[in-house]
Amino acid sequence: MSISRRSFLGAAGLSALALAGKAALNARAQEPKPEPASADSGTRWALVIDPRKCLEAGDCTKCLDACHRAHNVPAINDRAHEVKWIWKERFEDAFPSLQTDYPPDALHDKPVMVLCNHCDNPPCVRVCPTQATWKRHDGIVMMDWHRCIGCRYCVAACPYGSRSFNWSDPRPSIARVNPEFPTRTKGVVEKCTLCEERLAKGERPACVEACPAKALVFGNLVDPDSEVRLLLRSRFTIRRKAELGTRPAIYYIV
Amino acid sequence: MFMFEKAVVGGRRYWVWVLCLLTVMGAALLAYLRQLNVGLAITGLSRDVSWGLYIAQFTFMVGVAASAVMVVLPYYLHDFKAFGRITILGEFLAIAAVTMCMLFIFVDMGQPMRVLNVMLYPTPSSMMFWDMMSLGGYLMLNAVIALVTLSAERKRMAPPRWIRPVIVLSIPWAVSIHTVTAFLYNGLPGRSFWLTAILAPRFLASAFAAGPALLILLCLVMRRLTRFDAGRAPVQKLAVIVTYAMLLNVFFILLELFTALYSGIPEHVEHFEYLFLGLHGQASLAPWMWTSSVLAVVSLVLLLVPSMRRREPVLAATCAMVFASLWIDKGLGLIVGGFVPSPVGAVTRYVPSLPEVLIVLGIWALGFLMVTVFYKITLSVREEVAAS
Repeated sequence: MSISRRSFLGAAGLSALALAGKAALNARAQEPKPEPASADSGTRWALVIDPRKCLEAGDCTKCLDACHRAHNVPAINDRAHEVKWIWKERFEDAFPSLQTDYPPDALHDKPVMVLCNHCDNPPCVRVCPTQATWKRHDGIVMMDWHRCIGCRYCVAACPYGSRSFNWSDPRPSIARVNPEFPTRTKGVVEKCTLCEERLAKGERPACVEACPAKALVFGNLVDPDSEVRLLLRSRFTIRRKAELGTRPAIYYIV
Repeated sequence: MFMFEKAVVGGRRYWVWVLCLLTVMGAALLAYLRQLNVGLAITGLSRDVSWGLYIAQFTFMVGVAASAVMVVLPYYLHDFKAFGRITILGEFLAIAAVTMCMLFIFVDMGQPMRVLNVMLYPTPSSMMFWDMMSLGGYLMLNAVIALVTLSAERKRMAPPRWIRPVIVLSIPWAVSIHTVTAFLYNGLPGRSFWLTAILAPRFLASAFAAGPALLILLCLVMRRLTRFDAGRAPVQKLAVIVTYAMLLNVFFILLELFTALYSGIPEHVEHFEYLFLGLHGQASLAPWMWTSSVLAVVSLVLLLVPSMRRREPVLAATCAMVFASLWIDKGLGLIVGGFVPSPVGAVTRYVPSLPEVLIVLGIWALGFLMVTVFYKITLSVREEVAAS
């Protein structure tokens, strides 16, 4: 069998193309993820939430408002299509494995603040087919709204219902756009990012800042003298669905 | 080119059928353009039921695609000659089914123009990455196999020897596509309904019942409408395969029910409760699930009685029942049932919207069109060979 010049050139061209394509692919795959200045193994951000303190403030929605205003979260009235980063959930629904027939009055049927748990072992990150969501060294589970293909695998994987999908263009539902923060497009997933944009400036998350009852405490778990570690040492805390092995970084004082 | 010239010659009936399919596809395209413009808000999907008809159809069609192995394996590994004439029909059915799968995934995406990000940022930890790889590979394998074997048949030559290892490879590959599809669901910590090791075997059993059932129906339809007769033996053999697979499928479902109901763990019971009885007054899927169950039992009895199975009109009705039962079970209940109740206990009603149903019908129409064209090419080639 002889190889004609034409078929040889064709094969050579195709091989070169394949090699170039592979090189480009490798380069893209190894592109480093953006890391904040503070990111090192010495930081692990966490929240400790005291639902009782929160309840003392009554029908307060300050943390929620501050967060949603800062991050251009659309206010969509339709429950099916709503987008939320931090919200109130019935205590029994947030902690379904803690059901008791004789619940304490203090928490029974009462709302408790829930948000992304920024898990140490996040199922959403594991399943994302494009690495549009990933875990940073400081523990924050981040989102890249420009890479997300909107497959909603992460929505199915999150055992907390913490992820929201933009079923339509969110922009018409934003009352006042905060020019400091991007708005999202339709067809992508979003969620709480623990205010990484504020952390980068040395500020605390907006919800923590806005809470009048100091029911939300933010801090570094690695630092043994941090306020969160102090609380975790002195009070009994629980995490949502800890039995799933996701290791949430949001703790609740009960 | 690819013998497509044979698909553009046909009688009146052929063209009316093709035109009908194209009309449905056109309507679906309009609906999809609207979805592209407005977003997935035009579907019945919601925060709680975030996957629905699209992903469920995808799951069901992966099964139909994988079932080609049920004609390929007996013919190529066991030299079961009776399947010689229909093996290629199974492979072409697989090609159409995989194409439909890919489209069902595509129309479910919020940002479809970014779909190649899956290739650009390959992520082995994601089962969706593997699903895309295995489906793409399976499509390639079947396209090559079908084309090469049909070309050989046309030239009245034995297929080249190198195709045999490719065919053998397609057998485990078929199993892999449905296994990986089950892995999409059964590795999610918060979704108890899917968190069951028997999901992959169950998928395979239902696939090997639904796919061959469809193939039997296609063979019987072709005998009536075309000059092609698959013969009695392969149809009866396929019926035996459907019987075994359906038996296993029903057995697996009963295992699921026992584990969930006997253990009594609420998060396992609730999903079945929602599907079959309804939860918090929401029971929209219950009539469907009961229909599926009744069809499964009736079809199984008809399959198990040899005198029934051997009567072709009864067999045709039985196959239609098997297909419908499994379509409801997998193409409707399995996905929606996994989302209700939600991780925070919400029971949300899901009813597909009209555009959503149209898009689904359009993809089915495309699948039928592909099968029609492929089968027409195959039959024309065979008639040509027989005539010369």
